Amino acid sequence: MEQPNLSYINSMSGGDKAFEQKLIEIIKLEFPEEKKIYFSNFNAKDFKQIAENVHKLKHKISILGLEKSYEVAVAYENNLHDGNTDLHEQFEAILTTITNYLELL
Amino acid sequence: MNCIIIDDEATARLIINQLCSNIKSLTVVDDFPNAIQAIKFLNQNEIDLIFLDIHMPDFTGFDFIDTLKNPPKIILTTSDANFAIQAFEYDCIVDYLVKPITPERFQKAILKAESIKTEVKKSIKIDKESTLSDNHLYVNIDRRLIKIDIPSIYLVEAKGDYIRVKTEDKNYTVHSTLKKIEDKLPKDLFLKVHRSFIINIKKIIDIEDNSVLIKKDVIPVSRSNRPELMKRLNLL
Repeated sequence: MEQPNLSYINSMSGGDKAFEQKLIEIIKLEFPEEKKIYFSNFNAKDFKQIAENVHKLKHKISILGLEKSYEVAVAYENNLHDGNTDLHEQFEAILTTITNYLELL
Repeated sequence: MNCIIIDDEATARLIINQLCSNIKSLTVVDDFPNAIQAIKFLNQNEIDLIFLDIHMPDFTGFDFIDTLKNPPKIILTTSDANFAIQAFEYDCIVDYLVKPITPERFQKAILKAESIKTEVKKSIKIDKESTLSDNHLYVNIDRRLIKIDIPSIYLVEAKGDYIRVKTEDKNYTVHSTLKKIEDKLPKDLFLKVHRSFIINIKKIIDIEDNSVLIKKDVIPVSRSNRPELMKRLNLL
């Protein structure tokens, strides 16, 4: 499975370490909260809200350089509008990978 | 350009702030996590450009634009490319950035917004200049060009090879034709009511049958011109 990386963040920062650090801190704050809301809505089978949560999470996925995972998230979000949760397990695996990566930063 | 950022994601706001900091012509005045706070801010402040997220809970980016009477230039920022067609329906939207936004793509969007801003400024300047020239008229009297304030003209009368221009302060006899001066006068203010008379419709005191009273002059209104005159009046 592809691994998160800081290539996008580095391309954005232009060497500004303070910005890089601040961005990582904000991702570390926002990501667990968004993940928690996602699982809560998933358990409640609120497909509209799940799609909203995936939409927001997919930005974080792209920021962390996960290009293939981003495609999965896009497909999952589209499927959710039809009430289809087939990609949930794959998406959950992506979230776990990010969680593990953020713990190391 | 003064700008604000509206995005419910703090990550996105920070990234856009960083992208803006690399462009000298941009000043981020403030950023907002929701549209409601931004509307309150815009009620008190004038800005040139908004970076607007479409996908926000409760109040979408498009809902936000619909609340603005005179929206500034807007660059949409979104993780969803599916709204691009809807975006084209708004004149104020200058570009559409799909997240994650790269510095190169961001710069291109700013150049676009700046070029539109320059065009607007130019057209404002041209409008001002044309308004100035629309407000006065130079007439040649005894080899002197005399400036006449157009709104002060209340009547122009044909007198053979001459026209008599009557204003609030003074009357002028000019070697010209009614047709020539008619072409120079603003159509919304002046009307030819007779083959020998052009009147300033704002100066009409009253209308009786086939004549109008302007100042102390009673001017005939030809039958063919009467319908147009009646159309131009604010009749109860």
